[in-house]
Amino acid sequence: MQIFADALRDGIAAFSQGTIDVWGIVWTSLQTSGTAVFFSLFLGIPAGFFLGTRRFIGRRLLITIANTGMGLPPVAVGLIVAMTLSRRGPLGDLDLLYTRPAMVIAQVIIALPIVAAVTAAAVGAVPREVRLQARSLGASRIHEAILTLAEARLGLVAAVAAGFGQIISEVGAVTMVGGNLEGSTRVMTTAIVQFTRMGKYGPALALSGVLLGLIFLVNVLLAVGQHSADRFERG
Amino acid sequence: MTDRTRLPVFRVLLASVLALALVFSLAACASQPDAATDAPEGEVGDSATEPTRIILASTTSTQDSGLFDDLIPAFEAAYPEYAVEVIAVGTGEALEMGRNKDADVLLVHAKADEETFVAEGYGAERRDVCYNDFVFVGAEGDPAGIGAAADLNASMTAIASGKAPYVSRGDDSGTHKKEKKLFEAAGIQPAGDWYLVSGQGMGETLKIASEKQGYTLSDRATYLSMREALDLAIVREGDAGLLNQYGVIPVTDARNPDGAQAFMDWVTSAEGQAVIGAYGVEKFGAPLFFPNAE
Repeated sequence: MQIFADALRDGIAAFSQGTIDVWGIVWTSLQTSGTAVFFSLFLGIPAGFFLGTRRFIGRRLLITIANTGMGLPPVAVGLIVAMTLSRRGPLGDLDLLYTRPAMVIAQVIIALPIVAAVTAAAVGAVPREVRLQARSLGASRIHEAILTLAEARLGLVAAVAAGFGQIISEVGAVTMVGGNLEGSTRVMTTAIVQFTRMGKYGPALALSGVLLGLIFLVNVLLAVGQHSADRFERG
Repeated sequence: MTDRTRLPVFRVLLASVLALALVFSLAACASQPDAATDAPEGEVGDSATEPTRIILASTTSTQDSGLFDDLIPAFEAAYPEYAVEVIAVGTGEALEMGRNKDADVLLVHAKADEETFVAEGYGAERRDVCYNDFVFVGAEGDPAGIGAAADLNASMTAIASGKAPYVSRGDDSGTHKKEKKLFEAAGIQPAGDWYLVSGQGMGETLKIASEKQGYTLSDRATYLSMREALDLAIVREGDAGLLNQYGVIPVTDARNPDGAQAFMDWVTSAEGQAVIGAYGVEKFGAPLFFPNAE
């Protein structure tokens, strides 16, 4: 256990003395993963709603694809995005590899199927009668969708938590497309790998603690939001 | 009446349960001696056929160069009783693995740190193995004029002019330490938009330099083994200040001290040195490592 005690002491020292720009790294993580979650929700909720409520040919296949996408290996996503954005790749002219937008692109691809699949499952569980009744009372399709999504909000909260948790903890893809560049694309996970490789277990352990705390915090916030929404409804 | 008719059913059930239990316990008894006789046989078989593990901690740049693909099989052919597992990390972590006794033997390239490691008692001794050299690579055409500079110090000043990005390993690796020394010798504190820090291995850093069309310092071996995938050319080489010495250190009180000793003896022997000197000749037309064990 000595190894943990030593690492913890070193980590706290590195944090308090400011030898490592911890908050810059945390902020970069939050900005990239936050942006990626936003885009994933923007695209994934409508897609999931469509998959979960409409009946059409190939729906089962698409749901299976979305579910497969939940287990999409991030390293494979990283590789394909990196090759596409590379100077020799089809989108090389954009000069995007090893920048933050490249990380956001990879993270959206990783989170999108998760958000879509979880949303589809959540809205699929809303009783059909709710939607039919809404329509019979004269609700438009938009109203019907909003009503269904409101009924399925617990699932949507799970979609946000699952998507965010997955991409902020992911390291393979962000390393490949971000490059762990100090002050621009260095995020918590890539910094943890780097410090471990350098034998600096202290800062690595401390950053892991911050990462865990952050994921916990997001889940707490979502749970609280969910709880107050329930109370609002009952009250 | 009812008691009489039910009792036999109960007895039959009980009997069959007992019978089943008996069969299982017999089977267990029967298998017990088998297991007992198997165990010593297995142990004999292990020591005769299955080699013992040597954990070799080395650097990513050495791994990326491909040297181990030739060196390890040659060692295992000479010593079939050992199997080498290479853990490729930064020099910093390799030394840390040695301090934690997670590795049996180290093959790294940061001489001053290696000597400290031995002086602190973590390693029994350190021997020179071979050297390779560093090269400056950059965009075709050398926009900052590093190659034309009069000496290495002038090259570092040219890099710091910021005409193109410079990608630093920034990971306390042997290569990063060499870069720091070169900047220091030229009296430059590298900082600014042109100075990018990857914190990663040589392969990744070369790829970033290629994408950004910037400069970086690389060991020749990693650059040559990756050059097909890079849009980079060697812009400066051959200066005395660009040599890179490798050393081998067996870790004190490691799990496999005999294996570590055998590995060190072999890589510094004529046989091991010949394998090192021959590596790369076929593939790149020139050796990548120059053996110099005493």
